[in-house]
Amino acid sequence: MLEIKDLHASIEDKEILKGLNLKVNAGEVHAIMGPNGAGKSTLANIIAGKEEYEVSKGSILLENEDIEGLAAEERAHKGVFLSFQYPIEIPGVSVTNFIKTAINETRKGQGLEEMSAKEMLKKIREKSELLEIDRKFLSRSLNEGFSGGEKKRNEIFQMAMLEPKLAILDETDSGLDIDALRIVANGVNKLKSKDNAVVVITHYQRLLEYIVPDFVHVLYDGKIVKSGTKELALELEEKGYDWIKEEING
Amino acid sequence: MELKDKLVSSFIAFENTVDVDTAIHDIRSEAIKTFEEKGFPSKKEEAWKYTSLKSILKHDYNVFPREESALEFKDIKRYFIYDLDAYKIVFIDGKYSSHLSETTHDKIDVCLMSSALAQPKYSVVINKYFNTVAKQDGLTSLNTAFSNEGAYIQIPKNTVAEKPIEIIHFSTGAEGAQLLQPRNLVVVGENSQVQIIERHQSLTENPVLTNSVTEIFVDKSAIVDYYKIQNDHENASLVDTTCIQQQSRSIASVHTFAFGGKITRNNLNFYQQGEGIDSILNGVTIIEGKQHVDHNTLVHHTEPNCESHQDYKGIFDEKAIGVFNGKIIVDKKAQKTNAFQSNNNILLSDSATINSKPQLEIFADDVKCSHGCTIGQLDDNALFYMRSRGIGEKEGRALLMYAFANNVLESVKIPQLKNRINKLIAKKLGVAIGFDL
Repeated sequence: MLEIKDLHASIEDKEILKGLNLKVNAGEVHAIMGPNGAGKSTLANIIAGKEEYEVSKGSILLENEDIEGLAAEERAHKGVFLSFQYPIEIPGVSVTNFIKTAINETRKGQGLEEMSAKEMLKKIREKSELLEIDRKFLSRSLNEGFSGGEKKRNEIFQMAMLEPKLAILDETDSGLDIDALRIVANGVNKLKSKDNAVVVITHYQRLLEYIVPDFVHVLYDGKIVKSGTKELALELEEKGYDWIKEEING
Repeated sequence: MELKDKLVSSFIAFENTVDVDTAIHDIRSEAIKTFEEKGFPSKKEEAWKYTSLKSILKHDYNVFPREESALEFKDIKRYFIYDLDAYKIVFIDGKYSSHLSETTHDKIDVCLMSSALAQPKYSVVINKYFNTVAKQDGLTSLNTAFSNEGAYIQIPKNTVAEKPIEIIHFSTGAEGAQLLQPRNLVVVGENSQVQIIERHQSLTENPVLTNSVTEIFVDKSAIVDYYKIQNDHENASLVDTTCIQQQSRSIASVHTFAFGGKITRNNLNFYQQGEGIDSILNGVTIIEGKQHVDHNTLVHHTEPNCESHQDYKGIFDEKAIGVFNGKIIVDKKAQKTNAFQSNNNILLSDSATINSKPQLEIFADDVKCSHGCTIGQLDDNALFYMRSRGIGEKEGRALLMYAFANNVLESVKIPQLKNRINKLIAKKLGVAIGFDL
């Protein structure tokens, strides 16, 4: 599904990723953990196509196709989805109309017909129920005045609507109380299939109790320095990151 | 010859074409003197500080409308709200076009200024209202001096005009550079309602200058909604002066959609003369190139317990220039006034300009008045957010701009018109997405 090879990237001449390698197969859930400033959000933004970053070396392959030169919207059309750490408020555009536009623009980009109004309504109903979203919520301006939990739930709602091949969840657990966390995790789990993949970026092990990863990677100083199974997450939770830093530096 | 001299000397020729033995003609004669004295406005005047007419006054304008040019409906259909059943008053190069118009005298009068001026039965109304609320500046006086044609709309009391009224002025350029001076009079009786859509449309590369004056009288508890679509050719300029007098408990709204033209100046003046009045001034400006749009508004609160709401949104690209000058006067007597004004702008280019200036003159002590002005750019993070959800850059930008102007569009009460304006905006922003927000 996703293969990142020797990725070097910088912003304003500051190198953030320093030779990162990652391979995610379809049907897998990967967790990327690491201390602050390790480059976790940078990695998420670069995969999604944010232009401020400069990739100086390496490649990002999605289903064996290099997507490095593609615009953010083209990557979305190919099935990349980023759940934002800080979802953006867009006053004047309702949740429903935003998602309608996103779906139809994506379909256009994929060379498909627009989705019929009936089908759209059915899908919105189905996915909002999955994430326990109130109808009234859907007519509000996108993210405007939403609580942290509502914003994250709305991100996963959009993911459910867009049905991406590769979903990157950037700190989706931050700002969520335990109930919201459970709803969001449940939504992600229901969307999981053998044909898609999920990359969960998180600070804490908490979310991984609900979205159980097949692999856990530690990102430190711009590289994946350690990979393991879900037990690695527990170990990190218990011991922190210092032992890893020591391992690397020592 | 300078345009001013040409106009002053043309007045004698104009007098040969109209009935000079009327009270109206006395007003015209006074007005030409005022114009002769004051002339065209210059940037030295505070109200014209940011808008110079110099570049458009140099043309050798044809001052009088000639014979009617023939236009086929199919060629100009797109300028009408064609899916809307409406009365129509259509002018071509300043001359009334009967075959494109649909007027009425059934319960309400929707007709021509020239015919109303010629018929004695309208003289009481005309003498009572004509030129009583219009300003006495140079340009308005110039219009008054040559006033003979335009729309005449009279709604008696307790009457709802069943259909909206469309007023469209076409210019064909058949005579080269053209000066047009329509003069509209709208008199709406107590407890009555009317909706009016106005458009000036050039069909030519030739320069056109329209100096339009509209007087609107809104009697007690009446409701008037006036929509102005300004999406003209790049060589067409417009000075639009609209003066509205409102009586108690009336509601008057003016929406101005300024999407194009060389220089567009809107003088929009509301004079409240009773209690419980609401005045609504909304505008959306989207311009680029070297286009220039100047909104100059005035709301004068004279009595207690009235409101005014001004909401102007502007999007400026390339070297476009916007001006917003909003004046609110609250007389000492006008306690409990609520007057709100906001002017929000997005500059899409480093070369675009907006000059925004609120002016509040408040002499009462128990009032709520607020004004706010913002100037910003499109949010790059919002754009990336949209793009990451599959919405293309151009569409994302358009959606952000549309969302920015959306609350003004929401208040358009005629669905077909709202639909048309949505389409105009989508076209203006170069996108093919439906804005059904």
